[in-house]
Amino acid sequence: MKVYVPRDAAALSVGAEAVARAIARLGPDAEIVRTGSRGMFWLEPLVEIETPAGRVGYGPVEPETVSSIFDGTHPNALGLVEDLPYLKNQERVTFVRCGVTDPLSIADYRAHGGFRGLETARNMAPAAIVEAVLQSGLRGRGGAGFPCGIKWRTVLNEPADQKYIVCNADEGDSGNYADRMLMEGDPFLLIEGMIIAGLAVGANQGYIYVRSEYPHAFRTLNDAVAIARDAGYLQGFDIDVRLGAGAYICGEETALLESLEGRRGQVRPKPPLPAISGLFGKPTVVNNVLTLAAVPTILDKGAEFYRDLGMGRSRGTLAIQLAGNVKHAGLVEKAFGITLREAIYDFGGGTASGRPLRAVQVGGPLGAYFPESLLDTPLDYEAFAARKGMLGHGGVVVFDDTVDLARQARFAMEFCAIESCGKCTPCRVGSTRGVETIDKIIGTHEPAKNLELLRDLCDLMVDGSLCAMGGLTPYPVLSALQHFPEDFAR
Amino acid sequence: MTGCHQKWNAERALATIRGLADVPGALLPVLHALHTDYGHVPDEAVPLIARSLRLSEAEVHGVISFYHDFRRTPPPAHTIRVCRAEACQSMGCEAVFQHLDGSTGPDLAVETVYCLGNCALAPAAMVDSDLVGRFSIAKADRALAELGARP
Repeated sequence: MKVYVPRDAAALSVGAEAVARAIARLGPDAEIVRTGSRGMFWLEPLVEIETPAGRVGYGPVEPETVSSIFDGTHPNALGLVEDLPYLKNQERVTFVRCGVTDPLSIADYRAHGGFRGLETARNMAPAAIVEAVLQSGLRGRGGAGFPCGIKWRTVLNEPADQKYIVCNADEGDSGNYADRMLMEGDPFLLIEGMIIAGLAVGANQGYIYVRSEYPHAFRTLNDAVAIARDAGYLQGFDIDVRLGAGAYICGEETALLESLEGRRGQVRPKPPLPAISGLFGKPTVVNNVLTLAAVPTILDKGAEFYRDLGMGRSRGTLAIQLAGNVKHAGLVEKAFGITLREAIYDFGGGTASGRPLRAVQVGGPLGAYFPESLLDTPLDYEAFAARKGMLGHGGVVVFDDTVDLARQARFAMEFCAIESCGKCTPCRVGSTRGVETIDKIIGTHEPAKNLELLRDLCDLMVDGSLCAMGGLTPYPVLSALQHFPEDFAR
Repeated sequence: MTGCHQKWNAERALATIRGLADVPGALLPVLHALHTDYGHVPDEAVPLIARSLRLSEAEVHGVISFYHDFRRTPPPAHTIRVCRAEACQSMGCEAVFQHLDGSTGPDLAVETVYCLGNCALAPAAMVDSDLVGRFSIAKADRALAELGARP
């Protein structure tokens, strides 16, 4: 009997390891397969048992209740996992294997469609691979949404003796965990995407820069790269997994490159673009985990398959990450275009606390706070930009009515002050002045004057900062001021 | 966690540094390796790193001080890192952090971290090397008792 227990860090954080040990003790003939997570975190630890009809689930399971999953009397029996509406109503493209397969089994990966994209790409000219990615409409999933194919074409056309593929796995935005889930749950998909990127632009070396807050992902990636290398997949293109050191700014691509080169993670002015002069001064593709992980599907199923999903200029699927105060927090992969309300209520089931929802922050700490009245905004890059928000990496943090948006605005400035790389003045100094000014407003010290000053400071940070850290920190601040002015006048 | 850290040994440290010196962009891998061995970057290591990587000591200092992870002093026996970013704020991490903050002592550091990627099971914390989801005051007290940390 095959029993599936996740080894995803989030599942481990609520006791999956103890559950796996209890299963091994109580079901000696159980063959335990450790998987990634399905992304239904309120059900973790989620245990699945193989039956002739399919995999049936139990969750959450505690070590004390393990024996009842063997006789089917467990109170948290879920039936066939694939039939759960939360999963059934998704369009899993990138996360199709996550939670299903053993993340470190190449045989499993192949049996579930892995390496098909690479096989296709091996028979294509580099320019044809780039063209397929361009035609798919794939945009950078890290937040900026830049067309991936254009970046790749620039690197392909740049003559150089050495080129690099750098995977940005420095997922530091609160509310975002899709990169971590994928790296722990299906690392070969990322490796396959990087190999294809190498073929497309003529690079023979790849780096994955993982944040140090993700020790599980770091270990899994190192194991997966070693396994792929032993299996012969990394001939002519090798991958090195590097560890960050707790600097949020290294998620910014030029700061990441500085860090990879062994320096302080300070932002570089652009131009030159990394595609022209990136890592060690060589043409470099810098892509987010989910951008690279989308590539194998595009090569395998065709650019049209991917392009036909989505809305407007946002093509393909988005990994929506429901987080914070939401009842059914988890990963929802859907074609772009469902509304924030559908994501939070149809999938998420509303707030975890049961209190009324008051604010939603989409896109991490640099994303705007939206009120209830903006929940019908479709999850689409342009729709969010039109409402002075940012879709970012697809993280959705839900707050109930106990939230104080003046405190949240203050935190946005404080976070920027803590994490600013210090290279440019608007970000380095502006963020500290921002905290002080919000403190004066909250403390009712000449609030009208200081509100005007805060808006002026935000304008300056938006216009004058070198990168998105200082340039977007005003988004949460200004959105809090616009949609929740009453919180600044208490 | 710190129990496995070694006593400073210049010869061994130099071997560690030299073993990584040819890696492109070697400084972060070197600092991580020293952290694994010693739990921090000892002052004595800085000139060794600078010489081996052909950097100035100021450059090495600059990198160590830039990154939150790198320490110049040995860490306490145990560390609890509480996530205080937005998703965890929405689930009440501040109360748990304030509860633990007073427990800092010679054996225990209570630190702030911004995002552990466990935002669907917020609040999150890292107790030594164990990720904990739905971190509550009750779970914090249990962790303190298990660590046996003297406040």
